[in-house]
Amino acid sequence: MREITVEDLPDIARGAAVLGTGGGGDPYIGRLLAQQAIRRHGPVPLVDPMDLPDDAVVIPTAVMGAPTVMLEKLPSGKELVTALRALETLIGKKATHTISIEAGGLNSVIPFATAAELGLPMVDADGMGRAFPELQMLMPTLGGISATPMALADERGNAISMNTLDNAWAERFARTATIEMGCSSAISLYVLTGRQTKEFMVHGTISLTQRIGVAIREAAAAHRDPVAATAEVLGGRRIFQGKLVDVRRGTEGGFARGEVRLDGLGDDLGAQLDISIQNENLVAIRDGQVLASVPDLICVLDTDTGEPVTTEMLRYGLRVSVVVAPCDPRWRSPEGLALTGPAYFGYDHEYVPV
Amino acid sequence: MSMLRLGIDVGGTNTDAVLIDGQRVVAATKSSTTSDVTSGIVAAIADLKAASGFDPAQVSAVMIGTTHFINALVEGTRLTQTAAIRFGLPATSALPPLVDWPERLRTAIGGHSYLCHGGHEYDGTEISAFDEQELRDVVDKALEAGARSFAISSVFSPVNAEFELRAAEIIAEVSPGAPISLSHDIGRMGLLGRENATVINAALRDLADNVTTGLSQSVLAAGISAPVFLSQNDGTLMDVDYARRYPVATFASGPTNSMRGAAFLSQQLDCAVIDVGGTTTDVGILQSGFPREASADVAVADVQTNFRMPDVLSVGIGGGSIVDGDAGAPRVGPQSVGYRLTEKALVFGGDTLTATDLAVAAGIADVGDPSLVAHLDPGLVRSALASIGERMGEIVDRMRISADPVPVVAVGGGSILVPDELISASSVMRPENYAVANAIGAAIAEVGGEVDRVFSVSPGQRDAVLDEARQEAVDRATAAGARPGSVRVVDIEEVPLAYLPGNATRIRVKAVGELSLGGDHHA
Repeated sequence: MREITVEDLPDIARGAAVLGTGGGGDPYIGRLLAQQAIRRHGPVPLVDPMDLPDDAVVIPTAVMGAPTVMLEKLPSGKELVTALRALETLIGKKATHTISIEAGGLNSVIPFATAAELGLPMVDADGMGRAFPELQMLMPTLGGISATPMALADERGNAISMNTLDNAWAERFARTATIEMGCSSAISLYVLTGRQTKEFMVHGTISLTQRIGVAIREAAAAHRDPVAATAEVLGGRRIFQGKLVDVRRGTEGGFARGEVRLDGLGDDLGAQLDISIQNENLVAIRDGQVLASVPDLICVLDTDTGEPVTTEMLRYGLRVSVVVAPCDPRWRSPEGLALTGPAYFGYDHEYVPV
Repeated sequence: MSMLRLGIDVGGTNTDAVLIDGQRVVAATKSSTTSDVTSGIVAAIADLKAASGFDPAQVSAVMIGTTHFINALVEGTRLTQTAAIRFGLPATSALPPLVDWPERLRTAIGGHSYLCHGGHEYDGTEISAFDEQELRDVVDKALEAGARSFAISSVFSPVNAEFELRAAEIIAEVSPGAPISLSHDIGRMGLLGRENATVINAALRDLADNVTTGLSQSVLAAGISAPVFLSQNDGTLMDVDYARRYPVATFASGPTNSMRGAAFLSQQLDCAVIDVGGTTTDVGILQSGFPREASADVAVADVQTNFRMPDVLSVGIGGGSIVDGDAGAPRVGPQSVGYRLTEKALVFGGDTLTATDLAVAAGIADVGDPSLVAHLDPGLVRSALASIGERMGEIVDRMRISADPVPVVAVGGGSILVPDELISASSVMRPENYAVANAIGAAIAEVGGEVDRVFSVSPGQRDAVLDEARQEAVDRATAAGARPGSVRVVDIEEVPLAYLPGNATRIRVKAVGELSLGGDHHA
């Protein structure tokens, strides 16, 4: 166990944006929330999942909704606690730990705010090992664990509890309720035991975000290649270096969809890479051949600084490098691919592991 | 009879002034900036008179660019005690106003941060009702604590500004004459960035009063009765009264004016501008005559804001860059002798090999004593200059907006280092008078209007929504003083937003037109 302080948060947030693979929301607001809560209540203990007692009550907290809204209607800070408390009432147990549902983007840092506020330790693990756009896309779904009972809360003090038939229904109802709450809500769901946490969550991912953030910062400061440093920490590789020459966007069903084209530079001169984006980077195709796709990670980084580039920041002329990294192996099972593979997102090619 | 425009750029070191007649630069002068703005301007205008003998009565407008306000913020001096009041409760309380400010600046403006009920949702409905008594109590408390300027923000005020406007009315009644800055007038979506910009604006209001009064008086003292305008970040103009209320809009006018001035001198609307100084080379892109803006938020004096700033890429190469290595592997910069060029460079009798020495040795520049660099290895001179050219070409390539070669305009004291042929450039131009490009950029500025909001775009309605946004931008430009009929749309951007119902799309349209000057039509 170690303690996470205010000083650790910038690196964690930077690394979380890398694992966000273009989506997951800007961690800036999450970092500020965590920073404020830790300043008020003190550092947050980060616990290795293997050190959890089997009967620990691990309850995730997260935010749901439109990142644009979250940058405008900032949280009151009480929503997360309200959601967690509502869920505790529903299950008749108190949380012993909180945890991130996704290591990528805003939700990787959000539970630090909950943890500091309630004096709970946080578990060094998450439910995806990256970011995904929907609530059922968590490793525990593969383990047959129900997302519900779950609770949603808004800043007014409204709390909604629900039980659903399956986790896809949880996503549907939660999305609708979130829209009524002004397109952002706090959620608490997927109650886990210590044993389930060990078995079904992706271990060490909060530490991973910090290692990525440190690697980028230190490489940039020492004028070393920050993209190579990121690839090394991720256990992945750089598949392309180029210049963004075309971005096409549209919206379908509340999800931003788009196509991005890169012209190669350096070793990739003369080649082209196309990236299909929804909220995240989903498929990378080089000269007509699929190089990588969900559920593997496709991270777009600024070639010079190594800073992660989100899908909303993509525009003509950016010099970026693309790093791909393997997802948690459990996502590569037939059930895992059915939940988060290319077909789920509407692409008809076979999954090619990176 | 011709109508003259007077452009003045008050920089940290120099005050430049130019007199422009239509497309012609009549006269240009450079003098030292004085600590009181007034006497520097009076001196600059006097120099200009001496140089050209112009008749003050013929001046139709005076345009001034100044770094005064951003400098005051960076120094943290001359700031007004400011109350930052936000409508958003019960939302937003986790991150109150001034939350991520550096302590020094927070203290400098008094640290008065307040939250009130109110604000709106993304669709314009209320988060909670406006509570007039709550606001009156907050205002009383703020005044008691010493606040004299008010910065008002409200959640989603770019969608619905009602609460900010109501607050302004009440504050004006409680504390008549107190400066009030409203966030929907200043920034775009993103509460903290917009609010921070508003607070900065509020803290500069007293200074803005002094400076704009000083500017107007010094112009009048020089016998010029023409209206005075200030340059904004985006290269458009605001009148003195607007500048008094929105000093923050001058923050990035320096680089913007420099780019636009350079482009004007070379008659280019779409081009890359390379500004080579002593230590760095800055490259920006002009599209339809305006600088392309950076997409990311920018920190000003360590405060996160969402102003639109010109997108400028810098590389550590300048006239004073230190050169070492050999012909096979030359190294140029990023270390530089900087302002000590005339004592350190070889051609000036110094002991350091600089980029300027290379240019003299190659016979492309004529400064200092060429015999002092006659001994240099011609192979090193050639390869080091080639590597400078290559890197500049790369920066232009990074910045250009399509694969087509762009015209390049080279300005600045070290612009001789830009080769005549540059990868990614269709041509390289070196305009005369580049040393006063800033003042020229101010003198030629136009008037703009902008819309930046989230629109709901239902299927098949995209064109209608875009037309609506276009018209609104044009109307705003006209309202800001553009001559009707001359207004044109120069930039449109649409970004669909994720996870929002109703195909929410953020649309930004910018329109500009010629300054409408009473009486200049029949002159």
